[in-house]
Amino acid sequence: MSRAALVNPSRRRFLGHSGAGLVLALSGSTVALAQSAKPAEAQAFKPSAFISISPEGVVTLISKQPEIGQGIKTSLPMVIAEELSVNWRDVKIVQGDLDPIYGSQGAGGSTSTPTNYQDFLRLGGTARTLLVQAAAQRWGVPVADCQARDSFVHHRPTGRKLGYGELASLAATLPLPDAASVQLKDPKDYQLLGQRIGGVDNAGLVRGAPLFGIDVKLPGMLYAVYEKCPAFGGKVLSANLAAVKALPGVRDAFVIEGTSNLNGLMPGVAIVAETTWAALSARKQLRVQWDEGAVATQSWDGFAAQAAALRGKPGASSLRRDGDVEQALRASGAKVVEASYSYPFISHASMEPQNCTAWWKPESASLELWAPTQNPASGQNLVANTLNIPKEKISLHITRSGGGFGRRLSSDFIVEAAAIAQRVAAPVKLCWSREDDLRHDHFRPGGFHHLRGAVDAQGRVSAWHNHFVTFANRVQREGQSVLQPGSGGSLSGDEFPGRWLPNILLEQTALECGVPMGPWRAPGSCVFAWVFHSFIDELAHAAGRDPLEMRLELLGDRDIMPPSSERGQPYHAGRMRAVLLEVAAKSGWGKKKFPRGQGQGMAFHFSHRGYIAEVAEVTVSKSGQLKVDRVVVVSDIGRQIVNLSGAENQVEGSVLDGLGTLMHAQLDLQRGRIVQGNLGEYPLLRMHESPTRVDVHFLRSDHPVTGLGEPALPPLAPAVCNAIFAATGHRVRQLPLSLSDLSWS
Amino acid sequence: MSQFRLHINGEVRQVDVAPDTPLLWVLRDSLDLAGTKYGCGVGACGACTVHLNGVPTRSCMTPVATVGLKKVLTIEGLDAQARHPLQQAWVELDVPQCGYCQAGQIMTAAALLKENPKPSDADIDGAMSGNLCRCATYLRIRAGIHRAAEIAAVPVKSPVSRKTKPQAKEGV
Repeated sequence: MSRAALVNPSRRRFLGHSGAGLVLALSGSTVALAQSAKPAEAQAFKPSAFISISPEGVVTLISKQPEIGQGIKTSLPMVIAEELSVNWRDVKIVQGDLDPIYGSQGAGGSTSTPTNYQDFLRLGGTARTLLVQAAAQRWGVPVADCQARDSFVHHRPTGRKLGYGELASLAATLPLPDAASVQLKDPKDYQLLGQRIGGVDNAGLVRGAPLFGIDVKLPGMLYAVYEKCPAFGGKVLSANLAAVKALPGVRDAFVIEGTSNLNGLMPGVAIVAETTWAALSARKQLRVQWDEGAVATQSWDGFAAQAAALRGKPGASSLRRDGDVEQALRASGAKVVEASYSYPFISHASMEPQNCTAWWKPESASLELWAPTQNPASGQNLVANTLNIPKEKISLHITRSGGGFGRRLSSDFIVEAAAIAQRVAAPVKLCWSREDDLRHDHFRPGGFHHLRGAVDAQGRVSAWHNHFVTFANRVQREGQSVLQPGSGGSLSGDEFPGRWLPNILLEQTALECGVPMGPWRAPGSCVFAWVFHSFIDELAHAAGRDPLEMRLELLGDRDIMPPSSERGQPYHAGRMRAVLLEVAAKSGWGKKKFPRGQGQGMAFHFSHRGYIAEVAEVTVSKSGQLKVDRVVVVSDIGRQIVNLSGAENQVEGSVLDGLGTLMHAQLDLQRGRIVQGNLGEYPLLRMHESPTRVDVHFLRSDHPVTGLGEPALPPLAPAVCNAIFAATGHRVRQLPLSLSDLSWS
Repeated sequence: MSQFRLHINGEVRQVDVAPDTPLLWVLRDSLDLAGTKYGCGVGACGACTVHLNGVPTRSCMTPVATVGLKKVLTIEGLDAQARHPLQQAWVELDVPQCGYCQAGQIMTAAALLKENPKPSDADIDGAMSGNLCRCATYLRIRAGIHRAAEIAAVPVKSPVSRKTKPQAKEGV
C-alpha cells in the first residue's frame, strides 16, 4: 500500500490500502459515524479497517496476513499497538478474512513485515492522534498538554486521564489529522516493539482449541478424500465407483476430470463420506485405472545421469560472463578445484496436511471456503478460473496453518475442495492423507552444480565457473510452449559471488520434467548458499587460507554492490562484513583448538533482505555420527526487532529446519512418482538430533525493518558441512547427509 | 456401526462408529475434541498422542474397539483451567510456532513429568523423540519441560520468570 493512500485528508479518511473499492468498503467507519451518530451516544472508534476501539475500551486489531507459525498474527498488530500507545493486555486480535479492504494478504517471501511496517506505524500513530485530540477537546485544553500512554490519554498539568474507551465516541466524530500533525514515536521510547511477546494464540494452542483448517466443523458437514494418479499428471480411465458408493458411510464417489496445470486441479477420484474414517476406509477399496502418461518414464536416476553428462559441456543459457574464466584457470600458479554438488527433490511436510473446507450454495451460486493458506487471493483466483465462478461469489476464511514453509502458497488443495463441493449438497472438508501430502507436494526442485574455481598465486579467488543443471516444467505462455524452471530453480547472475569476481561464468541448463514444483522456505537460497559456501571453503583450503579471511576478502571494500539490471537488488556488502565479523567474535572463530572429530564451519547469505552469518560447531564420532554442539547466528534485519521472542523462535527454527533438511530430506522419483509415502521413510529432525545450543544475536543497523521467516535458514547447511570438513576432512557434496559416510579413523 | 461407551476426560461418552475407527477420528469427528491432531496416521509423528490409563498412546493407531474401559485423557482434559504446569510453561516461554504438534508434545511431556518430576536433558530427549515438530521448536520444548518441572515443584501464581530461556540472548 502506498503512503499516500494510507492517509488521505481530502477524503477525511485514512485507509488500509489503495484501491478502487476501498472508500465504499470503509463507509461504515469514521465519517459515516460522524454523520449518523450523536457524539453523546456510545460508539466504537473505527478509524480504519484494522482498528476498532469499543466504548468499553476493547481494542480490536485485525491481523490481515495468514498465520503459519511465523508469528505474524502477533507481530504486525504489535506495530499498530506500539504507535497507538495501547496496553497490549487491552488488545484483541482478530484474523481477517480475505478482503480487498486489507490490501495484500499473502504470507510468503518474508515480506509481511517489510511491506507493512511503516504503514502500520502510521496507522497506529494516526489513531492515537485522534484520541489525543478527542481528550483535549473534552477537557478544553491544548493538545500539546495531552499524552497517550497505556490505553489512556493523560493531561500532564492536572494528572487527569481518560481511557480510550471513554474517548471512542468522540474520536469517531473527528476529522482525520493531516499527515504532518501525526508525530511518530522515537524508537527509543518504544514500550512494546523489541520486547518478548508470546504468540496471541498460545493460550488456545495449549488447551487444544480448534484453530486450524483441519479443525473446521460445520453443521451437516461431510468429509472427502481425493485420489490422484501416483505418476504426476496421469488421467483417470475408469474407477469402481459403484462399489465404492455402496460402502458404509459413503455418500458419493466421482471422477474429477481436472486440468493439465500441475499446480492446479489435477485429475482424480473423490470420495465423500459421513466421517473421515468412512472416507479413508472406502479409499482402500477404490480401484482406479490410470493413463499415466509420459511422465511415468521419468526417474531421479535418469535425471542424475543426464546432469552428469552435462559436466564439462556448455550450459543452455549464460547468466553471467565477466572476464575470462578459462584463462584464469590456466594461469601459472593457479590452483584449480573442480567439484560437482547435488541435492534432491524434497517435500515441505507441514505437520498439518493440506485441507480445505468448501461450501457450495447453489441458490446463490456462491462458494464459501475455509483454508489454511499462505496465499488466499491466489486460491480464490485459481478456483474462479478453474471452475468459472465469479471471484465476488467466492469468500474465503483464513484459518491458522499448521506450518507453511511455502507449501500453502499453492492452492491445489483449495480448488480440489471447491470442485468436490460443487457436486455435494453440503459443506465438505477435504483432508489429504500424509501420503497424499508427501507424494503430491509441489516439491523443492533438485539440482546439480558443476563447479570449477581457481585461486591465484596470492591465494585470491581468480576464477569461478558454475554450470547449474536445474529442473523445469513445460508450460504454455502466451501461446508459446516454454520451459519454466521450478520455484527456486533459477540462478541469478547476481547471486554471490557474482558481481565480486573478475573472472566468472554462470551457466544454466534445465531438465524438462513433469514433477510439480513450488517455493520451499527461502527458495533457491536454501540450496545455493550450501553449494557456494561449501565451494568457497574448498577454495580457501586449496589456498591454505582461513575461511573467514577469504570471505572478508571476497566481500571486498565497497559497501553497496549495485544490481546488474533493474530487476536485481543491491547487496550491502558492508552489512554482511559486519555480521560476519560479529559471528566470528561471538563464536571465538579461530581461537579454539579442536581435537580431530570436532570443528567449526562458517557461512553467510543474503536473502529476503536479511544479512545473516552463522558458525556451526560439530562433533563427528569415529563411526560417523554427527552432533551439532552449537550454532551462532548473527542477523542484520534492520533497525528494529518487532517481537524479540518471535524473532528468536524464527532463527532457532530456521537453524533446526536447515539441519533436519541437511541430514535427512530426500525424495526419490521412480516411474514418474515419488517413492516415499510417510514420515517413516521421510524422516524429519527429532529432538535428540537438535543442536545443544543456538545463540541468536541481532545487529541493529540503520536500515528498514525486514522479515525473518526465511533468511536464517540458508547459511546453516554450509556452516555445518564446512565444520564437518574441519572435523573430519570429509567434504559433503551431495545432500542429504544420510548419503555420506562421515566415519574417520 | 457399533455403540461404544468411552471414558474421556472424566466423562462417559457414547459413540456409534465402525469398530476399527481409530480413537483419533472418534475424538475429532464424533466428539468435537479437535485438539488431538492427525499428522501421519502411522504413529510416526506423535501429533495424536493421548493418555490411555496414563500411558501416552498414539490415538491414530488405536481402534476404538480396543479402548474399552481405559481412561482416555486428551489435551482438552489435561487441566480443568488449562493451568497444567506444562501449559503455563508453554505460554510463559512462547514455545509454539505453528502450534499444530504442541498438544501431542504436551501430552507426551505430561506423562514424562508424572514418572520423572525432574528430568534431565537426556531424559527429555529420550521421552520426546517420538514427537515431531516441523517448525523445530525443540529447544523451547526442552526448556518448557524444565520450566514446568520447576513450576510443579514450587507452584507460582504469576509466570514472569525469564530465567529459563533456552540460553542467554543478546539484547537488540
